[in-house]
Order: sequence, then structure tokens, then C-alpha cells
Amino acid sequence: MPNTLFEKIWQDHLIADLGDGSSLLHIDRVFLHERTGSIALRGMTEKRRQVRNPGHVFCTMDHIIDTFPGRGDKTTMPGGRQFITRTRRETKRAGITLFDINDPRQGISHVISAEQGIALPGLTVVCPDSHTCTLGALGAMAWGVGSTDCEHALATETLRIVKPGQMGVYLQGELAAGVTAKDVILHLIGKYSASGGSGFAIEFHGPGIRKLPLEARMTICNMAVEFSAFTGLIAPDEATLEYIAGRPYAPAGEDREAALAYWGKLHTDVGATFDKELYLDLSQIDPSVTWGTSPQHVIGVSGVIPDPGQELNATARQGMQRALDYMGLNAGVAIASVPLDAAFIGSCTNSRLSDLRAAAGILKGNRIAKGIKAICVPGSGQVKQAAEQEGLHEIFLDSGFEWREAGCSMCFYAGGEGFSAGERVITSTNRNFEGRQGPGVRSHLASPVTVAASALSGHITDVRTLGVHT
Amino acid sequence: MKPFVTHEGLAAPIMRVNIDTDTIIPSREMRHVSKRGLGEGLFAGWRYLNGDRKKREINPEFILNRPGYTNASILLAGSNFGCGSSREHAVWALLEYGFRAVIAPSFGSIFYHNAMRNGLLPVRLPEPSINALGIDAGAPDPGRIIIDLQNTTVSSDTGRRFRFNIEPIYKEMLLQGLDAIEMTLKHKELIEKFQAADRQRRGWAYLR
Ligand code: SF4
Repeated sequence: MPNTLFEKIWQDHLIADLGDGSSLLHIDRVFLHERTGSIALRGMTEKRRQVRNPGHVFCTMDHIIDTFPGRGDKTTMPGGRQFITRTRRETKRAGITLFDINDPRQGISHVISAEQGIALPGLTVVCPDSHTCTLGALGAMAWGVGSTDCEHALATETLRIVKPGQMGVYLQGELAAGVTAKDVILHLIGKYSASGGSGFAIEFHGPGIRKLPLEARMTICNMAVEFSAFTGLIAPDEATLEYIAGRPYAPAGEDREAALAYWGKLHTDVGATFDKELYLDLSQIDPSVTWGTSPQHVIGVSGVIPDPGQELNATARQGMQRALDYMGLNAGVAIASVPLDAAFIGSCTNSRLSDLRAAAGILKGNRIAKGIKAICVPGSGQVKQAAEQEGLHEIFLDSGFEWREAGCSMCFYAGGEGFSAGERVITSTNRNFEGRQGPGVRSHLASPVTVAASALSGHITDVRTLGVHT
Repeated sequence: MKPFVTHEGLAAPIMRVNIDTDTIIPSREMRHVSKRGLGEGLFAGWRYLNGDRKKREINPEFILNRPGYTNASILLAGSNFGCGSSREHAVWALLEYGFRAVIAPSFGSIFYHNAMRNGLLPVRLPEPSINALGIDAGAPDPGRIIIDLQNTTVSSDTGRRFRFNIEPIYKEMLLQGLDAIEMTLKHKELIEKFQAADRQRRGWAYLR
């Protein structure tokens, strides 16, 4: 019988149908970080439970640690040190590999779990962090869980889950110059709403996805959760296998041969069907930017801010008006004219080498606008090192950007470093919720090239007008 | 986990769509490696006028601060409630504050799952049904709602009654207050048998 990619991975991890609408599924890898992983590990200790297979569990420091050069256990986040020391103690006790602050492999969990070959095609991977779906780009079934389920996975190497529906998102056509994977996923969410993927595992497929490099695919899968999907995934192909080869925890030698044979079958068969299908023509997408406080509040950068008065549903209309009030914007205004206070490049969405290269391509030889605070935070120590080998850090620094150590940094605000109330930030991150980057902070989500172009001009900018194309 | 069988309580409507978990409990309110001490931070961005934790200033406009509504134990909300971050703190904060159930047209999937694991009942009802419960934010007094999990019904004191759907696994666990980890640990042999066969099939997937 023809099967989908998701169905194949599901079947190979199915331990038992529990007869109550849920299934017991095998979990191959658990990834933790110091913010929520510490709580799951503490929960284990309190209940005197053992981590069943510490060899399949990894942990990083990314959320709470500072990203200033020369950082240590001390952090600007109030109470932060406790998360760091506790994580160190608990991981040691449990025998879990920790990518600690000064480890060159340290970085944002979803960035390094791909980089280290911990997430692989056909594996189930969970982490108490919603953007775990990033790893679906490798053909892994990866999703975010809460602390209790994380403890469940640690203690049993399984999870009880209710099987989601399956959605195919078929991508065709090619991206125009200046348009990136970030614009694709923002466009999709804008078109079908922030709950458009609710209840589904989504496979992104079609010729459009094949042409995108691995890191771009990660950007797309990263925001599957912003579409309310259970997860997003993409079948492995030549590009995936090439990406994986030689990574520290990826199979080598005979194991690699066996893995390659297995991975060769990981695709949706001709004739298999999805419960729901959507189509996107990549050539029709413009650079996109959000104007409101939900990732669905998105428009093309050459568009005008929509009028809530045109929205028929009352709840949605009120939501739009509230968003405009919070953002300090008016309907009918061209988004590209909106002045900025800050620019941020980083996060598990857009902090990999290709993102930094693309942004640097825009910044090279230019200075950011006066009064703009601009920060670039590489996603991992290895990304940072690779970027420095190419001299990208000099381009960022020369243009007026700060160049930081790896971590989540100002993707979210936890009481430490943040932007100020009322400040307007163009950001390559994934959430523009009220207060996400600080109380009263106004976040506009966009691609790294749009962020770079906007930092140069001091207002939201269509990168295509700069005459430099990526 | 505390079982959930029936619950009768006051309902507070916050009929906004996409209420995310950052809004339910902002990151800055999660200061300890702990599942407790979170109720005070619930909806902090809306509940308080200033961001200063030391001298919180109550926002009198916010529904949970209005007289009569402070004892609400059922929350009515717009679609996609609990979207965003996976933080289980959102559920812990709602419970610690005193909520036992949230009624919304749809939920973020991680939140939905987290709620079930902790005995906070997420009830899915279509938006027109929620409106028809007759709980009006403009009313001086909050309305009462009765949720009966055994019969999967929600009824209001205005006489409206609606049936909701819930997966059998969750219904059973909530009714009995079962701990999923304890239940799964009993399947140890099943898991071992699976892994022995899986090592033959996918040996490459095992690091040790
Ligand atoms: S970079 Fe941002 S979205 Fe990604 S894991 Fe860190 S805090 Fe979460």
C-alpha cells in the first residue's frame, strides 16, 4: 500500500496501539535546554525516576545564558544562574551529554541538534521546546513537548500520542531574487492563518522544496508551530544525505550503509494521500513582513497595513485592531515607510551560516542608519566560527552591528537584556507576540536580508529596492 | 494529578484569538527551576499596568481584576488558545490561579496536551456555542457554568447545554487522575521487546 513519509516513520516507531485513541511511540532522541530541560530533570529527580537511556539524551545552554562576549554563569536574567548550575548538576547526575557554555559545540538546541548529527532522517526527536519541528527539515519526526511529556520520554523512551492528521503542502516554482524561505513560511501563515495547520503533521513537498538548500528548509519547518501544526517534515534527498555525512553523531561506516538503505525509502509513495492539501507557487511570493502581533498578521513588504474594518469575523476584527493599537500603527499605511529603532538577526529560525552570509551580502560596505541598535547572534559556536573564518563578523561589525556569542538572546525576553517599551524592532525571529521581546516592544518578523536592508535605511525596507540581490 | 469529574464555577470570557503561552505566562515571570509560584504571573502583561514585579499595579480594566470575576475558575477564549511556546508553565499558572477548565474553539496542540497531563480540562466548542452560553464580558456579574466530563456536556445557568468531543484516552485519564508515566512504566516488557526488534531493523539509530 502506498504510504506517506509521516506514516512510514509512525509505523516504524509504533510500539502499541493503546486502544483508547492513543498510541505508544518510540522516542529515539531527547534534547534539553537549561530553561525547560532543567525543570524536567528536576521533576525526574523529585519522583526518583531514572533516565532510561542517557546516551540518547543531549542538553545545551541557550535560553538563559548571556550572549555578550566573555560571558560565564552570571547572566542578566534575574534568577538565571540557578537554571544554569542546576542544569549542569542534573545532567551530570543523569549521565547526559551537555554542550556547556564554553563548549565549542554549544548553541541553540535546534541548530546544534542538526549540526551535530543528533537529529537524523527517520528518527523521532522531542525537546521541551516548541521549535523542535525545525528538525523535520532532515526528515526526522520532531516535535515540541511540555515538561511532563519530556519526563515521560526520559523515563520510558516513549510517548503516548494521539495521531495527528496529515497535510501536504506542495511547493512549486522558484523564489524571486530577494525572497527567502522565511518569506515562504510567513506567506503561508498569512494566507491560511496561524491555526491553518492545527491538528496536522505537515509534509512540505514538491519541486519547490527540492531546490531549497537544507538550511532554508529548516527555516520553513521551524515555523510549522507558528502555523499550529503538530510538526513539519521534508523527505530526505541527496542534499540531506550530503548535509549529514561526517557529522559527529551521525552513523558512519557500516551503520551509514544501513542507514542510507533505510533513508532511501523515506518518502511519500506515488498514490499515497494526505487528509488535506495546500499549494504554493514560490514565484508569486514577495518579501514578507508582519505588521501585528500574530505571525498571521503578514503582508508583502510593498503592501499597506490592512484595515480591520474589512474583516467580517468580529473576533478577528477586534484582534486586528488590538494588534494595530499595540504596534502603534494605522491601517492604510505603507509598511515600507515604518521607521525602526532596532534590528535583530538570530534565533533558531534564521541564525545559520547561510542566513548570516545573506545578511552580510546586503551590509557589506554599508553603515546602518543612525540611532539603530543592531545585533547579530549566530545560532551556534560552530556557525560563529565558520562565519569568522569567512570574515563575516567584520562585515557585521563594520556596518554597525554587534557580533555576539551563540544563544537565543533577544529572540525572547526573560527579564534580562531586552529592547525597551515602545521600541520597534525588525527581527529574523519567529514570534511577534505582545511582549515577546520585552514589555511593550513592537516586533516585525522578516527574513535576514530584509532585516539587514531595513537596518541600513532605518525603516522597513524592500530589499529588492537596494539593487543588491541575494 | 487531580481527577476532573464535574466542575461548576464562574466563567470569565477573554474572547481573543491566538492567545499565546507567552501572554498566559510571560518568560520574565518564570524565574525558578520550578512548577510552582506561577499564578501571580498569569496574564501579567494584561493584569498589571507596569512591568515592575516588585510594585505591581493592578489594571482595573482587565476582566480578571473586575469585582465578581476574581474567583473565575473557567476561562472562555477565542480560537487557537495556548498557541506558541511549549512552556507547560502556562498550564501550571492557570491551575495555580484557580482555573479548572478553558473553553475555546481550538487550542495550540502542545498546550492542549499539557493541559490534559495536569488535570486542566480544555473544552473545544464552536465559537457560536461559546457565545450562546450567554457569558457576556459586559455583564456586572459573571455567569456560572457546569462542566460534566462523564457526559461530556457544558451547561450554563441561562439554560444552554452543549456536548463536546474529547479523545477517550484523555477522558479516562482525567476522570481517574491517572499519571501517564506510571502507566507506561508498566509496559516495560513491551518496550524492551520493541527495542530488541528495532535494533535489528534500525541498528544505526542506536548510539549505544
Ligand atoms: S531562538 Fe527563540 S524561538 Fe528559538 S529556541 Fe531560542 S527562544 Fe525559542
